[in-house]
Amino acid sequence: MSAAAVVTSPAPPSSDTVNVTVDGRTVAVPRLLPDWRGKLVPTTMIQACEQAGVEVPHYCYHAKLPVAGNCRMCLVEYGLPALGPEGQPLRKPDGSLAVKKSPRPAIACATPISPGMEIYTATPEVQQMRASVLEFLLINHPLDCPICDQAGECKLQEYSVEYGHAASRFVETKVHKPKQVDLGPRIMLDDERCILCTRCIRFTRDLAGDDALGIVNRGSYNTLAAYPGRAFDNPYTLNTVDLCPVGALTAKDFRFQMRVWFLKETKSLCTSCGTGCNVLIGSRENRILRYTPRANDAVNVCWLCDHGRLNYRWIGRPDRLRQLAGSRLPAPTWDAALTEVAQRLRHAVPGSVAVVASARLANEELYLIRRLAQHTGAATDIVPRSGPGDAWLIHADKNPNSLGAQRLGISADPAGSRLSQFAAAIGQGTLRTLLVFGEDVTPRGLGPELLDRLECLVVSDILPNRTTERAHVLLPGCAHAEKCGSFTNVHGRVQRFFKAVEPPGGARPEVEFLRELLQRVSGEPQPDTAEGLFHRMAAEVPAFAGLTWAGLGDTGAARPPEAERVRPRADATAG
Amino acid sequence: MIVPRPQLNFWERLYLPAIWNGFKVTLRHFFRKKVTMQYPEERWVVPPGYRGAPYLVQDPTGRTKCVSCQLCEFVCPPKAIRIVPPGPAVDPAAGNVEKRPREFEIDMLRCIFCGLCEEVCPEEAIFLLQDYSLTGTRREEMIYDLKKLLALGGVHQDKIRKWERKAREAEAQEVFPVGRT
Ligand code: SF4
Ligand code: SF4
Ligand code: FES
Repeated sequence: MSAAAVVTSPAPPSSDTVNVTVDGRTVAVPRLLPDWRGKLVPTTMIQACEQAGVEVPHYCYHAKLPVAGNCRMCLVEYGLPALGPEGQPLRKPDGSLAVKKSPRPAIACATPISPGMEIYTATPEVQQMRASVLEFLLINHPLDCPICDQAGECKLQEYSVEYGHAASRFVETKVHKPKQVDLGPRIMLDDERCILCTRCIRFTRDLAGDDALGIVNRGSYNTLAAYPGRAFDNPYTLNTVDLCPVGALTAKDFRFQMRVWFLKETKSLCTSCGTGCNVLIGSRENRILRYTPRANDAVNVCWLCDHGRLNYRWIGRPDRLRQLAGSRLPAPTWDAALTEVAQRLRHAVPGSVAVVASARLANEELYLIRRLAQHTGAATDIVPRSGPGDAWLIHADKNPNSLGAQRLGISADPAGSRLSQFAAAIGQGTLRTLLVFGEDVTPRGLGPELLDRLECLVVSDILPNRTTERAHVLLPGCAHAEKCGSFTNVHGRVQRFFKAVEPPGGARPEVEFLRELLQRVSGEPQPDTAEGLFHRMAAEVPAFAGLTWAGLGDTGAARPPEAERVRPRADATAG
Repeated sequence: MIVPRPQLNFWERLYLPAIWNGFKVTLRHFFRKKVTMQYPEERWVVPPGYRGAPYLVQDPTGRTKCVSCQLCEFVCPPKAIRIVPPGPAVDPAAGNVEKRPREFEIDMLRCIFCGLCEEVCPEEAIFLLQDYSLTGTRREEMIYDLKKLLALGGVHQDKIRKWERKAREAEAQEVFPVGRT
């Protein structure tokens, strides 16, 4: 039931574990662990060290990529149980197994562990190897940290401070390589900064299935380049920017926008499709500057598609709806507006009210709409939204919470099929009050001439459109980055998002004003936190039974019977 | 707590000895060297190393040395510095430096003249110069913008000129200037 149980595979039986000693501490680690494809392969020393809580610095190794073993930053020393002439293990006088230290170091990222192995990560030799590897990496590095976007989250900076020498001994002229290379529509490359770890190449070839990048030239002239005459352009290119341990690959979108140490990071979700990839919103002073992926093995592993990552600009658009408006607004205060709407809903003839909600609203908000509809006898539906999908992250359902709307009984089956009934009822004059939350219904069969025939049109939205223009009462709402709540993704996983920035002007989160509206309509007090609402929803709606707000954690949770679909990457790249 | 009033004796209550002592101090100062300066007609000679107002400098070729790394903005204890980085558009005039501030503001009312910005600057672009008397009639006037800071800062006779050296080296290796594969 807990998030952890779903995400990590069940602990293997003890016969499948191997005892290794890391810096004098013996730990039992699984003999096999899943690799980047999810296939079980022998556990490596770097994974054993991780399980023992010892950090081994590394550049080319990445848990979700094929192992390359080219940077040599992860060199460690190790020893194996000593064997006698007949192959029998030798024992020390005190009876413990004798260990023979290997004369040479090994790269921790590609060396499998074996029983009784001892790994030494803190010996003077290891420290010297790390310092020397860093010295080599810095030979031709331009050291342009003041103009590099990676500064502050650069592994070369971090390891240099932690393991490197303070001064350079290199007096010769550095090899210069191309800078400001326009690699593709979203990526800028600085070849001088590249440390040739090939993470970007492996991701692009093996995970994105687009063999676009490679290394050309030899020796110190090694240069990362895209296939000649072709732009580096696939739906997942920006993941290479996250993978690049240095500032060689930078996002054009974020280029020279803000230094990373000023960014406040808020746990959130991508709303561009039903997959619900986990993101961190980086913002400063109420301005969103970037999305970066947040690891969740059950959803997006640690990747994002480029479209979702860049789809945040609209949140800060200058034409956002900021003020209450509309011809029926008695006074420009929320209190007056909600009282007016509640009045109308309380006195409405059953069947004369309908609600068009949005599957971009949170579960808690849709739950309040459900209660509101129950009190007023209103029919509800959502506006479906679909587009191209693929076999990896991008889902054809472009609403982040379609399943939530379905489980809360808001959406018709199929979604959007009641909209034509609403249109007919408006035409006949039986539907007189329409509430629209976060959608433009005019292209969906509820054209302007039909909306004009309504007695009362209450609209809440974020950006102006043809429906908001016609609203009798217009309630300015919030983007998901401006409020807190939960979405249900297409696989039934309920995940939370939190507030990163303040809403503009007089706009308020839908969850707040829906709650006040419901209180006015029903006369019953409602919980005033997302948590309280979530718990009431879980108690009332069977599809959410057993879930708790805290239990959702950082990576969300699904109800037990729903098998989580962890999608390995191999299927999509085949062919 | 109650502090008892001291009981003054006859001489103390007379006050005359105290007044006489005061006159003695005044008299002594009549015959000392004068220290008062007729400011603003007369100006003080600022000692070397004095930390006056922070201004931005240009290098001898007229390039704004600041690359908008925002380290000074980060280190500034009273948050007097505010920088707007240039954004993603490639600036051909910036050459191999690539980056310079779009806007740079120092609120001189906030600045505490600590010199941390000068110390942290990796480009030697900001210096605490010798201005100590900053005046304005409105608060907004005391926020110095990029143009004003550059005009007041003047030219720094830079000896290192690393960007020019890098450009020369790259040109010699035929990877000049930027954006060529
Ligand atoms: S560009 Fe970055 S990720 Fe790619 S090889 Fe160079 S250092 Fe590695
Ligand atoms: S520290 Fe120097 S280079 Fe960086 S922003 Fe400040 S003045 Fe400019
Ligand atoms: S991390 Fe092991 S060689 Fe690069």
